Amino acid sequence: MADQLLKVTGLSKHFGGIIATENVSLSVERGLIHAIIGPNGAGKTTLIAQLSGQLKPDSGDIEFDGHSIVHDSVASRARLGLARSFQITSVIMPMTLLENVMLAVQGGSGHSFGFWSPVRRDRVMRDAAMSSLAEVGLEGRAGRTAANVSHGEQRQLEIAMALAMKPRMLLLDEPMAGMGKEEGAMMVDILNRLKGGMTILLVEHDMDAVFSLADRLSVMVNGHVIATDTVENIRSNHQVQKAYLGDGHA
Amino acid sequence: MISLPATISARSYALLLLVLALLPFIFEWLDQPFYLDLLSRALILCIAAISLNLILGFGGMVSLGHAAYIGIGAYCVGIPSYYDYYNGWLHLTLALSVSAIFALVTGAISLRTRGVYFIMITMAFTQMLYFIFLSLEVYGADDGLVIYSRSEFPAWLSMDSSMSLYYWIFGVLLLALFFTHRLVHARFGRVIVGARFNEQRMQALGFNTYRYRLTCYVISAMICSIAGMLFGNFAGFISPDIMGWTRSGELIFMVIIGGVATLFGPLVGTITFVLLEEFLSAITVYWHLIFGILLVALVLFGKGGIHGWLSRMDHKGEEHG
Repeated sequence: MADQLLKVTGLSKHFGGIIATENVSLSVERGLIHAIIGPNGAGKTTLIAQLSGQLKPDSGDIEFDGHSIVHDSVASRARLGLARSFQITSVIMPMTLLENVMLAVQGGSGHSFGFWSPVRRDRVMRDAAMSSLAEVGLEGRAGRTAANVSHGEQRQLEIAMALAMKPRMLLLDEPMAGMGKEEGAMMVDILNRLKGGMTILLVEHDMDAVFSLADRLSVMVNGHVIATDTVENIRSNHQVQKAYLGDGHA
Repeated sequence: MISLPATISARSYALLLLVLALLPFIFEWLDQPFYLDLLSRALILCIAAISLNLILGFGGMVSLGHAAYIGIGAYCVGIPSYYDYYNGWLHLTLALSVSAIFALVTGAISLRTRGVYFIMITMAFTQMLYFIFLSLEVYGADDGLVIYSRSEFPAWLSMDSSMSLYYWIFGVLLLALFFTHRLVHARFGRVIVGARFNEQRMQALGFNTYRYRLTCYVISAMICSIAGMLFGNFAGFISPDIMGWTRSGELIFMVIIGGVATLFGPLVGTITFVLLEEFLSAITVYWHLIFGILLVALVLFGKGGIHGWLSRMDHKGEEHG
């Protein structure tokens, strides 16, 4: 039995009569990049929202490293080591990239009821933040305000912030959303470097990116996970092709 | 070695503090006790505005009930004095602890709301307190309560003369400024500021933003209660009017005029507010009209308040020099 870091069983969420996720079961093995693909409205983002704690599921369980986290808040899940990036860029726009990442370092390192020592002069935190920025290739932009860098760089900042928390797992919700070709390739590069060391659950529309990055693929349609397998097997799976890949994407 | 502050705004603030430190001597030399009174009142309100700025400016929590803590502080001098307890440390301890408890309870409820609801609920709690004191016949109800003697402190900390009371106020003001400065740059302050801009992201980073906000709310209330304690001593007479909701509104104006989320904004905002009020009312009986128009103009056109205006001059200076 492989080492499962995240285990989802029977997760369901309905909004009135609309099914967002229906009896979703899923395991993410430690150290792998597990991608979730599926057409728009398949429930991928709703699934991420339930995993990160933003949405409470109607039923089902989420186990992280052997413990149920389904009743934990967003903040406590994050402190347990489940870091996420947002589909729509969510950083602190008026702060510099360094300040953003330093907040993430702070979030990943104990409480923040420190009322006296200036953060700016905290060498350890600063170095940790700079190394996370370097991991995504933003070390040269550290002093820029988040609002004043390109969309692609804001997406990279999202990843840097997630990494700076020293998480055990990353939930990445369409990290390449709205990116051009070059920016997208850069992001694939960044994620490729994390491969092997970090457990990642990746929701992404860009099929080329998914096929080059993922170790495992799950396919979601109408709130159901219809298949989970290796990339090769999914590619040759007829049900998947009919449901998704054949649907204008192949 | 002491070097001059580099920017126009920093120099102005340093100069302002120096002037505030020396003015009492000038007033005494000119034999103008009225101005010392005016300045003392202004600086007490400065402390209150600085504390409000902590939640309103840095934390983005717009409270329309901050005058409650001026009231609590003042009554923590008034009520013990009524029973002949004049010990200053007792007054101070009472003010700090009662305000902390009131803020903890009301904040815990208020902070579950956002925006307009937060404004309304903070106002409602303060009005509740206002009406409680209005109905307390023992402590004068709406007739108010006379405080016959100032809080007693050891000789070196005495606030018995108007001069020594002024320096008490000035000292607390400096401490409040310094504490705010340390706080907003420390880990705690960064979380508060981050949550103002993007709460969702802060939670995703592992911060229980509610808990940090509540702590900030309590700290702010406690600082404000010291302003109230000083006000009780300064005025020698207190009534529930000191915690009316219009006072809370004035505090918001003071912060906005000076510049929200800036260290010195509330200081210059409050002094401007009090001086305008004083001198306009001396010129004409219709001063409220002019005052109102000036406030609207300051808020509409003075982007970032007086601090914003000063720092724009800094940037101009950089371009030319």
